[in-house]
Amino acid sequence: MRVQFVLHEVWTGLRRNLTMTIALIVVVAISLSLLGTGFLFVKQVDNTRTYWQGKVQLSIYLCTTTSVSPQCHDNGPATAAEKAQIMHDLKALPQVQEVFYESQAQAFAHFKQDFSRDPSFTNLVTEAEIPDSFQVKLHNTQADFPIVAGTVQGRPGVDQVVNDSSILSKFYKLLGGARNAVVIIAIILIIAAVLLVANTIRLSAFNRRRETSIMRLVGASNFYVQLPFLVEGVLAGLAGWLIAAGLLVAVKTIGLDALQQYFPYNVQLSAGDLVEVILLAMVIGVLLCGGTSFLTLRRYLRA
Amino acid sequence: MIHFDDVTKMYANQNRPALENVTLDVEKGEFVFLVGPSGSGKSTFLRLILREERPSEGRIHVAGKDLAKITNWKVPYLRRRIGCVFQDFRLLPNKNVYANVAFALQVIGKPRRFIRKVVPEVIDLVGLEGKHDRMPDELSGGEQQRVAVARAFVNRPMILLADEPTGNIDPATSIGIMKVLDRINRTGTTVVMATHDAAIVDSMRKRVIELEYGKVVRDQSRGVYGQAY
Repeated sequence: MRVQFVLHEVWTGLRRNLTMTIALIVVVAISLSLLGTGFLFVKQVDNTRTYWQGKVQLSIYLCTTTSVSPQCHDNGPATAAEKAQIMHDLKALPQVQEVFYESQAQAFAHFKQDFSRDPSFTNLVTEAEIPDSFQVKLHNTQADFPIVAGTVQGRPGVDQVVNDSSILSKFYKLLGGARNAVVIIAIILIIAAVLLVANTIRLSAFNRRRETSIMRLVGASNFYVQLPFLVEGVLAGLAGWLIAAGLLVAVKTIGLDALQQYFPYNVQLSAGDLVEVILLAMVIGVLLCGGTSFLTLRRYLRA
Repeated sequence: MIHFDDVTKMYANQNRPALENVTLDVEKGEFVFLVGPSGSGKSTFLRLILREERPSEGRIHVAGKDLAKITNWKVPYLRRRIGCVFQDFRLLPNKNVYANVAFALQVIGKPRRFIRKVVPEVIDLVGLEGKHDRMPDELSGGEQQRVAVARAFVNRPMILLADEPTGNIDPATSIGIMKVLDRINRTGTTVVMATHDAAIVDSMRKRVIELEYGKVVRDQSRGVYGQAY
C-alpha cells in the first residue's frame, strides 16, 4: 500500500473539484449539525421527562408561619394533628399510589440543589420560607388529580394543591415540535448531501477517467482504483463533520444552556451528552459520504 | 501462452459474430502480427485476451489460466501479466515521462525503492534516456509511444499486446518502435501486435495471423502482410 501516492491522488482530486468539494462540505456540515441539534433536543426532552417522572405528580403545600395566603392567615400553620389527618385520608384514597411528607428542611435542601446554578437566589431564601408538603404519586395523573385535589383543598393547614405535570406539558409540546422540525429539515438536507456526494464523486471519476482507465489496464485492484475516491468522500465528510461539531457545541452552549433559565430546575445536558451526539454525527457523516461514494463508484467504474 | 479453443464472440444487436470459431495457439516468446481489414475482429481478439470481453462460446487460456474460471476481482492480477500499447498512446498529460511509467507500478502497490530502480532501466530500454522530466506534449509521437511501451513493459509482463502501435506515427519513427518491441520480445515476452502497416509486417518476417469477418483465414510463420501466393 502506497499511502503517500494515494493521498497525492486524493489531494489532486479534491483540488480539481474545489467548488464542488466546498459545496459538499458545507451541506454535510449543515445537515449534520441540524441532525445533531435534533438529537440534542431529544436528549433535552428526555432529561426533563426523566427528572419529572422521578418527581411526584401532585404537591400539597402546607401552611407555615411565613405563608401569606388568606386561608393560612385565618387558620395559622398546619398542626401535627391536621397533618396526620391529611396523611391518613390521602392514604385511604384508591387513586393514590404513594404519599410522603417532605419537611421544610428537606424541601429547602431540594430547593438549593435545583437552583444550584443561581446561588444569589438561594442565598435570599431561608428554610422557614419553604413550605413543607405532602408529595403524592397518582395512578393516573390526568383523571385522578381533581378527585384527590378536591378532598384536601380548603382544609385547615392546606395552602395550595399543585398539579406538577400540567406545568410542563406546554413546554414539552414546544420542544417536541421544534425537535420534529429540525429533524425533518435535517433529513431533507441529508438527502441533498447524498445526491451531492454522488455527483461530486461522479465528477471526480469523470475528471480522472484517464487515470482510472490506465489503472484498470495495468491491473490495479478494484480496491486501489476506488480508494482515492472513497478517501475523497470520507475526507469531505470529516471536514463537514468538524464544522458541524463546532456548530453543535455552539447550539448547546448558546442555545440549549441559555434555555435553562426558563426551566424551574436544573436539567442541563452534560458534556458527555454533547460528545455522544457529536460522535454519532461523525459516524453518520462518514458512513453517508463513504457509503455513497462507494455505491456511486460501483456503478460508474464498472463499465 | 495464449490458447483459443473454438472461440466465438457475438456482440448484442449484431447479426454477425465479431469472431467465429477461432482456434489458435501462441507460444511463449513468439512475436505475432494480427492483420486484417477494419472490423475483422482484431480488437475483439485483444479484448478477449485482456478479459475485457467474455467469449460467447469456446474457451480461452492466457498464461496458463482459464479465463472462464477467473473471478472478476482476480482480473486485475491477470492484467498485471499483460502489457498493453495503443494507437493513441494513452499517456497522462499532467505527468512527466518518469511519472507516467512509475504510475503503472504505483497503482499496483510496488514499493518505492523497487520503482526507483526499475523505471529508469525501462526508460533507457525504450531509448528515452535523459528525457525523464519531459511532459508528454513536449515529446514527438514516436517518443510518446516509447513512453507507452515503457509503461506497458515496466512490470515485466509475460505478454505484450499492441493495438496498431504505429498507426499514428510516420514510417521512419515506426521502425524505431518496432525495434523496441523486438528488443522486448527477445527478453522472452510474447508480443501480439494488431496492425495495418504492411511495410512493417513484411520487413519483420514474423508469424502472421490474418482475420477476415471474424475468421482466421491465414496463419503463417515468417509471413508477410498481403496474401502470399
